[in-house]
Amino acid sequence: MTTTVKLTVNGGEVEVPQGSTVLQACEAAGVEIPRFCYHERLSIAGLCRMCLVEMERAPKPIASCAMPAGDGMVIRTDTAAVKAAREGVMEIQLINHPLDCPICDQGGECDLQDQSLGYGRGYSRFTDEKRAVAEQYMGPLIQTFMNRCIHCTRCVRFAAEIAGVEDLGVIGRGENARITTLGRPLDSELSGCLVDVCPVGALTSAPYSFAARPWELSHTESIDVTDGVASNIRIDSRAREVLRVLPRVHEDINEEWIHDKARHSIDGLRLQRLDRPYLRGANGRLEEVSWNDALRTLAEKLTAAAPSRVGAIAGDLADCESLYALRALLRGRGVTNLDCRQEGGARLPLVAQVFNAGIAGIEDADAVLLVGTNPRDEGALVNARLRKRFLRGDFRIASLGAEADLTYAVEHLGDSPQTLESLADGSHSFAEVLRGAERAMVMVGASVLARTDGAALMHLLCRLCETTGVAGKGQDWNGFCVLQKSASRVGGLMLDFLPGDGGMNSVEMLAASERGEMDLIWLLGADEIPMEKLGETFVVYQGHHGEAGAARADLVLPSAAWPEKDGIYVNTEGRVQLARRAIFPPGEAREDWKIARALSDKTGETLPFNSLRELRARMFADVPALSELDSPLREKWRPFGEAGTAGDLPLGHSVSDFYRTDVISRLSRTMRECSEARRRARAGVETATEAAAA
Amino acid sequence: MLADSDRVFRNLNGADDWRLKGARDRGTWINTAELVKDGREAILERVKASELRGRGGAGFPTGLKWSFMPKEVGDRPHYLVVNADESEPGSCKDREILRNDPHMLLEGSLVAARAMGVARAYIYIRGEYWEPLERLDAAISEARDAGLLGDDAPGGAFDVEVTRGAGAYICGEETAMLESLEGKKGLPRLKPPFPAGVGLWGCPTTVNNVETLAVVPTILRRGVEWWRGLGLPKNTGTKIYSLSGSVERPCNVEEELGVPLRDLLEKYAGGVCGGWENLQAIVPGGSSMPMLPKSVCDDLTMDFDTLASHRSGLGTGGVIVMDNSVDVIEAVRRFSHFYMHESCGQCTPCREGCGWIYRVLSRLAAGEGEGDEVDLLWTITKQIEGHTICAFGEAAAWPVQGLLRHFRGEVESRVKEVTDVKEVA
Repeated sequence: MTTTVKLTVNGGEVEVPQGSTVLQACEAAGVEIPRFCYHERLSIAGLCRMCLVEMERAPKPIASCAMPAGDGMVIRTDTAAVKAAREGVMEIQLINHPLDCPICDQGGECDLQDQSLGYGRGYSRFTDEKRAVAEQYMGPLIQTFMNRCIHCTRCVRFAAEIAGVEDLGVIGRGENARITTLGRPLDSELSGCLVDVCPVGALTSAPYSFAARPWELSHTESIDVTDGVASNIRIDSRAREVLRVLPRVHEDINEEWIHDKARHSIDGLRLQRLDRPYLRGANGRLEEVSWNDALRTLAEKLTAAAPSRVGAIAGDLADCESLYALRALLRGRGVTNLDCRQEGGARLPLVAQVFNAGIAGIEDADAVLLVGTNPRDEGALVNARLRKRFLRGDFRIASLGAEADLTYAVEHLGDSPQTLESLADGSHSFAEVLRGAERAMVMVGASVLARTDGAALMHLLCRLCETTGVAGKGQDWNGFCVLQKSASRVGGLMLDFLPGDGGMNSVEMLAASERGEMDLIWLLGADEIPMEKLGETFVVYQGHHGEAGAARADLVLPSAAWPEKDGIYVNTEGRVQLARRAIFPPGEAREDWKIARALSDKTGETLPFNSLRELRARMFADVPALSELDSPLREKWRPFGEAGTAGDLPLGHSVSDFYRTDVISRLSRTMRECSEARRRARAGVETATEAAAA
Repeated sequence: MLADSDRVFRNLNGADDWRLKGARDRGTWINTAELVKDGREAILERVKASELRGRGGAGFPTGLKWSFMPKEVGDRPHYLVVNADESEPGSCKDREILRNDPHMLLEGSLVAARAMGVARAYIYIRGEYWEPLERLDAAISEARDAGLLGDDAPGGAFDVEVTRGAGAYICGEETAMLESLEGKKGLPRLKPPFPAGVGLWGCPTTVNNVETLAVVPTILRRGVEWWRGLGLPKNTGTKIYSLSGSVERPCNVEEELGVPLRDLLEKYAGGVCGGWENLQAIVPGGSSMPMLPKSVCDDLTMDFDTLASHRSGLGTGGVIVMDNSVDVIEAVRRFSHFYMHESCGQCTPCREGCGWIYRVLSRLAAGEGEGDEVDLLWTITKQIEGHTICAFGEAAAWPVQGLLRHFRGEVESRVKEVTDVKEVA
């Protein structure tokens, strides 16, 4: 069987894989084909008719996007007939398209604008009135200008195929055809991608409306830190402001999509920023102090306190450099009470805490068991990948945990942790499915690791993997996957920002604090802990936003938020990636590692690095795996967990509100609107269902 | 002229009983088992030899179409879809078959099914055809009761299911029909893949017109040679013509292919209103076929190839006659409104272009057009034609092209006249 086909494009021969389209063959031959409706990652619609080419023996020009490339085809794209056909289509495309490019946000990055330069007439022969189309409500993130719609249906296909929501469609016929949501916001975490797929300015980004022109923006390639997936993004900034975030292609992580929190929580960067140090004064209020005073006070407290009565808890947005510097400072003083897990948890080997099969590995899997996770909320792009695999068929998915609509069919196995026992001992029917699958996956949510019976559950999961062949010693395939929800987690684990010998974890530190047994607790961007348990302890909050942590703190050290610093993050796969600085931090806020470094001068144990480069050199020497950019961890399998009894607490998941998971997204107005819209829409559906039932 | 003994449709005017008994008296269902006993290949060979061409508009050889179906039924069943969504303005032949001789369609479907390994056919009937639907349903019940459909049908299990359209012309396009049958919006599909490979629910499917299927049993019964003796080479057999417009007695009539237009109109329709000399133009095959002026009509014969040579087409055989009292520009304007209204809206040239054509033509018809708009109109039709997913683009463009090809002077004079008037005023 041939795996490639040879065809001739404009006289030159080109060889492409079987199953390619003529359009792809033309691209392989270096011939650019104009298109609107065609999108590599969506199904083929073939309806914009812009990609017409001539094929030998075909009576009419063919749509190259829809025609399978065949052996011996002779294609021409450079003839007068092809040009005329495209120009004809372009003119017709434009007759009802408002020529409002000067006030259109798509201007400068519009496919229609670009292609009309090549195929447009320069003037219009259409003298009638243009069509006027009512706007659509597609949620808080999308501003529609439906007059501009060219009916390519990319948005409809994206929603139905990638996002897995059937909220978008075309109604009407002929020139009355309309894209519509029927008034409901799109119930998808990926709705912002509609703006990317729209080739014209019909769907534009509402929060970015009229904010900038593309040529005014600086582009910074970075990564998203709002979940553990770490999608690749491009930050578009102007002066001191991040104006928008766009996806960057990374086939193994996010393909070319990002979720709405990554894209639109950025307005939170501007709000409630900590821009100078504060110290709680005698009157109980936070008062501005200089860096010098702040650091001196802290150094005094730190040197006065016994190391066993000092602790540090790192939050979800911490980069590796910050963690490394703070750990070096505190461990140097003999402090062992460190934890990068705000919710605490049992000590487990790394293999038990990462997404071993890789996100792209989902496409190789043929069965998956979800345990205590809602991937839609905890890793929207992982969920998109699951759906992609699901659409290919022959993919059994079961979920143990709280029931949720994941955009694909799931067998729900209840939410009892005891079910894990029957799965582990092989008596459960789905254990059979996992055993029968060639490449089965067990995907575990962060909520499982944080449970008090986490070690016991992990032990059961380990047994389950070994008995069903999901993972095990000497096996190539390791289908045990933990979906971490925070960007800092795996980096913190690799850096051993964890309790040392005799050290306390977060939960224990808080308990000790409550009992008055702690002198100082250092919160590195930790806002998601129960602050009331901190008791009378002196609390240092190092972070960038004034929220729970800063409100409780006795000393506030303002630091840079993620787009304001270079930093290394490790995603849930153990993939090391670089986030780059796009803008500068506000006021006197400093990069986190510099704060630890400056403090070390005051305490007299100067940390041995004077630049980020030197810090990284030391960090890489200590943890060599961190120097290997963009390669996921491949940890050897070893048993984990401790035999014990599974508790009665039902398995849930770790994210209650997708839009508001970290300090930036909680402060973001856009995210609040999204959260509200989703709540209303979902409540509305329930009410309607109830009404129908009544 | 076709002898009565050679007529295939013997109850086209509905004078006789449409039920099973009447149908049997006319020869339908009398020896169906015998017709199909020689098996798939034999039927296929005979239909191929008959040179029967599809009666739905395109005139594609039926035997050849059937032969595209996979030779063996694999894991996917084969389907036959009967296109009874007759919606072309000027065409009403299938309606008469459905209501006056529905058993002919059922028998034809069964024979076609035998030639393609089909066990189930879907009849997609135009939603507005209420009486035809009732009679078709009744005929299906009769046929089931008589063991002509169902598990004991001649040659093995075979049954039909009827689906009503909801008023969209585009659902008569074969792949849009498949979408509609699947419960989706009737949007034509991209080809390839063709329905014979991937059709209804992804299974091999053939879509045939009502008339095409209805004539097949008679061809087999009376023999291929008899059929080929009628009509012209490559344009064999008989055809139902729907004669309407400026004729004394509009009617449906079965005649040989290749019948002179003048004979057809004068013998069956009472002639053109006001006499042959009063003829202005005809639309030969339903509204989508380009019109032809009297000069061409004088010695025009009605068959696929002759009409194609005049850059028109036989289409569905729906002849719309226009005498000298008809405003041809207005007539084509009305057609264009129809196509604007019925465009599915999927591909760009047709969605936007049909409305543009209609608007320009409206101005021209009202005498408000400007001189260069005639050329503009022509180029718009050329920008649509051949650039769309389905043949609707051609259907919308051709009537206008026919108008401009033969009546350009008329169109231009109206532009001019008004311009002159304006100048005077």
